[in-house]
Amino acid sequence: MDLNQLYTELILEHSQSGHNKRHLNSADCTQRGHNPSCGDDITLELKCDGDKIEEASFTGSGCAISQASTSMMIDLITGKTLEEALELAGKFISMIKKEITDEEELEVLEDSIVFKNISNMPARVKCAVLSWHTLKEAVGKQ
Amino acid sequence: MKKFDVKQIRKDFPTLSQKVNGKPLVYLDNAATTHKPNFVLDAMIDYYEKHNANPNRGAHYLGVSATELYENAREKVREFINAKSNKEIIFTRNATESLNLIAYSYGMKYVEEDDEIVVCISEHHSNIVPWQKIANLKKAKLKFIYLNEDYRLNMDEVYTKITDKTKIVGIAQMSNVLGTVYPVKQIVEYAHSKGAITIIDGAQSAPHIKIDVIDINTDFLVFSGHKMLGPMGIGVLYGKEELLEEMPPFLMGGDMIEYVEEQNTTFAELPHRFEAGTPNVEGAVGLTAAIDYIEEIGLDNINTHGHKLTSYALEKLMAIPYVKIYGPKDLDNRGAVISFSVEGCHPHDVSTIVDTYGVALRAGHHCAQPLMKYLNAPATSRISFYIYNTKSEIDIFIDSLKNVRKWLGYGS
Ligand SMILES: Cc1ncc(COP(=O)(O)O)c(C=O)c1O
Ligand SMILES: [Zn+2]
Repeated sequence: MDLNQLYTELILEHSQSGHNKRHLNSADCTQRGHNPSCGDDITLELKCDGDKIEEASFTGSGCAISQASTSMMIDLITGKTLEEALELAGKFISMIKKEITDEEELEVLEDSIVFKNISNMPARVKCAVLSWHTLKEAVGKQ
Repeated sequence: MKKFDVKQIRKDFPTLSQKVNGKPLVYLDNAATTHKPNFVLDAMIDYYEKHNANPNRGAHYLGVSATELYENAREKVREFINAKSNKEIIFTRNATESLNLIAYSYGMKYVEEDDEIVVCISEHHSNIVPWQKIANLKKAKLKFIYLNEDYRLNMDEVYTKITDKTKIVGIAQMSNVLGTVYPVKQIVEYAHSKGAITIIDGAQSAPHIKIDVIDINTDFLVFSGHKMLGPMGIGVLYGKEELLEEMPPFLMGGDMIEYVEEQNTTFAELPHRFEAGTPNVEGAVGLTAAIDYIEEIGLDNINTHGHKLTSYALEKLMAIPYVKIYGPKDLDNRGAVISFSVEGCHPHDVSTIVDTYGVALRAGHHCAQPLMKYLNAPATSRISFYIYNTKSEIDIFIDSLKNVRKWLGYGS
């Protein structure tokens, strides 16, 4: 495995910038997600206007992969409807499972496509999908 | 006793000579499980090639020989921990099952409302979760012994936490996170003075330190074969005969019975009463070989080697400004386990990066979440040594560690 493919500039930037890492003033929904195996522990916060995600953020701690994946996901789902967000979650998880490999079909995931190769690293798959699973649970509660 | 020769020892371990990620394997995750020498692997193959039969059940030749091997293993373990009688040695799957057996059998029978169960904050989940369950069911209280700044335990804290209401005191002799070796003999003595019984978790200490259950005078001791060169799936529960004698069976079925009628059963004698079903003879044979191998090298030599490596690694780690060590920094009563963090880098990333240099270490909470919370560390990285590790492996590890921050985008 090539570390250059894993710790890309984009991933490092997202994991360190923390621009999505904060509390929302009036979140409608908070959902905790946890990776018992390595200790990644995030709490996702959503503020919705009807069924549209107006704002999203997260707090918590974890590895560079989990933090970057969460941050990129938040960039992606902000402004989307809950239904669209769920659809993206499905796409992301299918990409990791290698069920969808067609680049064009994955384009909607934007930056999050960088995690495509993580499926070659079984030990890190959970880190990348944590935020997306957490999102699915959060939306399920709405 | 043979001269301690790491080069020679390494030749006995087939897994160690492989390459991972194109680099020689540097295996520093021995607290999780150790590798197995050919001596152990051969003994297990030999068992299946020459003996395989269901012990305790057949009067035929192979059945007798399998029974003999299984009971020889019991005698080997008895000797290893200096127990009085073979009746006091129960085979289980691992330390976790042994602890559950104590909790469900002894705990369910004797713990009552308002009683206390006292464990140390650095316990492995296997010595916490079963007690939470018992405390819950019985409306008893689970209390924790906390540690000092130097990750050691103050006997005053022990005197405060263990009271006349305490029924059970459980503590690991060596912490699998901090490496601290606790003064278990003193703790046992104090617990007894308060009328409590004691459980020593020897999962980490048994591979490194000579354990004498008569000297420590503990009521129970548990450990796992796989952390001391033996196979997975075989563990030990030691219990004082007079306690085991009064305890109800844990699992029911074949091999643990005396007479079974339609509605009633009388149970077999110790130790079989606690060993329901076909036992892990292959595992017991492997464990026998593992103990033989360890004794051939000598626990004193093993302990000294562990100290040398720990001292060397501590010194190197402490020289790196962005590394923080969780655990005692001196060698007194300290085992060959070092937990640490790298500033700004999550342990999971540390582990992935050093893995590409061939280094196997452990990242996470090490099955000790209450301790992590107590230390205010969401997770740590951990290295741990055994007989086959070398200083040059530590050098490789330190070099790989120095690259971690670079990969994660820090200047140094
Ligand atoms: C101190 C301690 N106790 C108990 C255990 C549990 O051992 P096992 O998983 O073999 O039951 C471990 C293993 O990590 C340990 O380090
Ligand atoms: Zn992770």
